[in-house]
Formats: sequence, C-alpha cells, structure tokens
Amino acid sequence: MSSDEPTRVLSVEQVVKRFGDTTVLDHVDLHVDEHDVVVLIGASGSGKSTLLRCVNLLETVDDGVIRLDGEDITDPRVDADAVRRRIGVVFQAFNLFPHMTVLDNITLAPRIVHGTPKARAEEEAMTLLRRVGLADKATAYPDRLSGGQQQRAAIVRALAYRPRLLLLDEITSALDPELVGDVLTLVRELKTQGMTILMATHEMGFARQAADRVCFLDGGRLLEQGPPEQVLGDPEQPRTRQFLARVLAAGRL
Amino acid sequence: MTVPAEAFPRVPADPGPSELQRARESFRRGQARRSVAIASVSTVVFLAVAGTVIVTSPGWGRVRTSFLDGGVARSSFPAILEGLWLNLRVLAVCAVLIVLVGLGLAALRTLRGAVFFPLRALATIYVDAFRGIPLIILLYLVGFGFPGLRLQGLPTSPVILGSVALVLTYSAYVAEVFRAGIDSVHPSQRAAARSLGLTYGQTMRRVVLPQAVRRVLPPLLNDFVALQKDVGLISVLGAVDAVRAAQISVAQTYNFTPYLVAGLLFVALAVPTVRLADWVNGRATRRQQAAGAL
Ligand SMILES: Nc1ncnc2c1ncn2[C@@H]1O[C@H](COP(=O)(O)OP(=O)(O)OP(=O)(O)O)[C@@H](O)[C@H]1O
Ligand SMILES: [Mg+2]
Repeated sequence: MSSDEPTRVLSVEQVVKRFGDTTVLDHVDLHVDEHDVVVLIGASGSGKSTLLRCVNLLETVDDGVIRLDGEDITDPRVDADAVRRRIGVVFQAFNLFPHMTVLDNITLAPRIVHGTPKARAEEEAMTLLRRVGLADKATAYPDRLSGGQQQRAAIVRALAYRPRLLLLDEITSALDPELVGDVLTLVRELKTQGMTILMATHEMGFARQAADRVCFLDGGRLLEQGPPEQVLGDPEQPRTRQFLARVLAAGRL
Repeated sequence: MTVPAEAFPRVPADPGPSELQRARESFRRGQARRSVAIASVSTVVFLAVAGTVIVTSPGWGRVRTSFLDGGVARSSFPAILEGLWLNLRVLAVCAVLIVLVGLGLAALRTLRGAVFFPLRALATIYVDAFRGIPLIILLYLVGFGFPGLRLQGLPTSPVILGSVALVLTYSAYVAEVFRAGIDSVHPSQRAAARSLGLTYGQTMRRVVLPQAVRRVLPPLLNDFVALQKDVGLISVLGAVDAVRAAQISVAQTYNFTPYLVAGLLFVALAVPTVRLADWVNGRATRRQQAAGAL
C-alpha cells in the first residue's frame, strides 16, 4: 500500500442483530480497507452469513452503524438499491436465476441496473466466464450445470458490474477440491486489480493464503482479529484455538 | 441366476447388446404384444355388451328420435357453428383481458409499503367479492342491470356485457392463481436479485414473475378450460352464440339433438386444452420429482 492512510471502504460499528430472543450478532466491530481481503471464520451458526446480509441490507440491524465509503447505510432514509449497486454478493446457496441462461444471469444487472449496452456486457461476461473455465456453458441454463459450475457462474455474476465491495459467503463450500485453488487464484487476481473483499469461509487454507486479516466470530461476538499468521497460527483466545483444533481434526486446514 | 461367461464376449469392436440383454428385450417385447392383444379383445367385448344393452333397452327408440336425429343435427349445425364462432371470439378477448387484469391485481396485492394500503385493500376486496359471487348472478346484474340504468355511453350489447361479467369473475380467480405463483418463488431469488441492485419492480418483472408464470401455467390452463365452457353463459343475456342457436333450433324442431350438437362442439373445443393441461401438469410434476430426488 503506497499511502499511509488506507481508504476505509466498510466499517461495521457495534452492530447488533437479533432474531426473536436470540442475539445473532452481539456488538460486532469490523472494518475493511480498500484493496483488502478480510476473512470471517467461525463455527456454523456463529453469524457470518447474517453479518454479510446486514452489510448488504438484506437484514435490518437492531443496533449499531454500518458505513460504506463513510456513508451510514443503516440510516433508514438511504436508498437500499443504490447501496446494493455498489456491493457484489455471492451467497452460500446457489442463487442463479433458473429461467435465464448463464450469460443472461451475468449480464442482467449490468444491462438493467447499470445501463451497459448488451454487446459490451456480453463481451465482458464472456471474458470473465473464460477466466473461470465456463465459456462453453454461457448459453446453458443453471440446472444443466454442476453445483461447482453454478457457484463459479454466481461469482462471475457478482463481478460483472464492478462492485466497490465484494461479499462472498462460503463460495468454495460447493466446489471440487481442485477448483478451490482456481477460485483462490481468482480472488487473488481480483485483489491485485484493487477489489475489496469481505468473505466468510470454512476453508482455513484459503484464509491463510488469501486474507489480509482474519476475524473470528463466536456466538455472534467478534472474539479476535488480525493477520492470518497471528489468528490462525498463534491465536490469543482459547475459543479460537479450540475452533482451529476442531477444524484441523476435520482435515480442512 | 448364474450368467454364463460367454454372455459377455470380450471383443474390442462394438459387441452390441449381450445375449442376456437381447433375451430380456425380446421378453419385454413379448409382454408388450400380449398387453396390446388383451386390451383390444377386452375393449371389443365391452363395446359389444354395452351396445347390445343400450340398443335393446325399452327407451332406446325414444332416446334416438329426440337426441340423435341426424336430419335435425345437419339442419341446425350451420347456425350452431356460427354461434360457436362468436363464443370463440369472446373467449379470445376475455382470456387476454383476464390474464392482464389478474396479473395487475396479483401485483397490487403483493405491493408492500404503507402508501399502497388503499390499492392493496381494493384489490383484496375485488378478489373476495368477484370470487364469491355466482357467475350467473353477476351476469344478470351486469347484463340486465346496466342497460336498465339507461346511462349514456354504457354498452348495451349482451355480448360485451356478458364478457365484462366473465372478466370480472375470472380475473379474480386468476389473480389468486398468480399470487400463489408469486409466493412460491423462493425468497433467495428475490434476495439475489435485490443484491444485484435491481429495484422491487425490476425484481418482480425480470426474476419473480417469469418463474411464477411458469409455475402457474397448469392451474391457469384449468381455468381456461372452465372459461371455454362458461363463455356459453352469455346466451342467457340473449347473445346468439352456440348455446342460443341450439336453443332456437330446439324450439323450432321440438327435438333435443341441437343441444347435443352444441355440447359435442364444446367438448371438441375442450379436449385439446385438457390434453395440453394434462401434459403441462405431468411435466411440472416430473420436474418437481426430479428436483426432489437430488
Ligand atoms: N431468518 C432467521 N430467523 C431466525 N434465526 C436465524 C435467521 N437467520 C439466521 N438465523 C440464526 O442465526 C444464527 C447465525 O446464522 P448464520 O447463517 O449467520 O450462521 P453462519 O455463521 O453463516 O453459519 P454457517 O457457517 O453454517 O453458514 C444461527 O443460529 C441461525 O439459526
Ligand atoms: Mg453461513
């Protein structure tokens, strides 16, 4: 990073989210600087997906503030659509539109929301598809694709309108082991191109190699964050050590 | 069962089906031939028995003269066919209007936000009212009530007024079908669309409705079959459609054959749609089962 003061793209301040009586996010503080890859780790149910959904305004926070490029996006007066246009998302589950071809899935937002001419949108989509090895599936419908292929197409779709911030929710959990490497390369490539990424994952190897910072969520609280060597290699919190030991035992490190 | 090793000859060139498989296939062909033969024989026997019973029964002669008079059928046929042409035109216009109004109502009912409360409420009242009221009452109210008002500019043609009544009733049904279809689209699809920055309207038009329409096609076709028959109800207002033409013939000849002719024409009209609905239904079920098997 050349400048001393990195631009803060996303900051999550004291965010609380409850579903009924259960507190799913408990005063979470977290920030993502420009060009950074921040990785959320934590057990299943720890609140990773919920945090990402709050950032994307799919959930309303119960307290705290989320800022995107300094603007408070949790203010009820903001235009949620305008905010979402600056954020790309790939969910845990496959969310391709089943009634559209892969190419139409990818070019939908650029054409409809961002007004990109069809020809250019399709050209850019094809470039991205080639990069993830899906060029031959461009005209196929999602139900003709394997789970891994669907997920890669969803990643391409999120990239297609050049979002300011990319949210990735366990994008590799459905991929074949050899494709995880491909996606990792893709994420690194995006990082060098200046993409800012906040992602949840269960893949610790992925986190270790790709992350600038790792955040450990436990029961809705952000227990520990720092560079991957520290959080994954020499964690301070006993809960983090416990979690990592379990993951190691499951052979995912 | 032991399989002799020779049943699977290891030749590199395409060996074709093994002896075992050929034996299976010829067995299956034999079975298929047998079932066709059995079905044919049983059908012939059944028709013979049923035919004999009907023709030898005491009332058969009277039934034949008052329902199956060939001469009356031929003489009434042209007028009935002409009436059916009117029914078909009413059907086409009504079907289009019903889908448009139904879609609009369904969209109104799914609107969120306080501003839209009156629209939402109005759409709900419309659907409740016109789904509940018997079509025949609505036909009388619109068909005889409106002209009775003697208002300027209000149409008095029984064809138009009958169509209005049909559209009112059927659009309420169809609106409910569409709404169920919209609700059946998984919420994650909306979330994905909204995440891409699509507005509520864009999400509806590009993502939710296209999927909803695909899902409601089977129930929609069923409603279309019902409408095909109900277009005959405009005859109660005096429109000279197939039913009315048949009625006139009946009154002239004192013979019921024209009703049978009109009825058969409606059946002939419905059969293709019913078959299409069956096919679409079956395909939808198969898809769901395939998805469930994953
Ligand atoms: N809409 C909802 N209503 C009620 N509870 C919810 C809802 N969404 C999530 N939760 C609960 O919030 C908690 C956190 O869920 P979340 O999906 O954020 O976990 P996660 O960390 O993403 O887990 P995973 O690794 O399995 O994806 C869970 O206990 C879950 O049951
Ligand atoms: Mg999750």
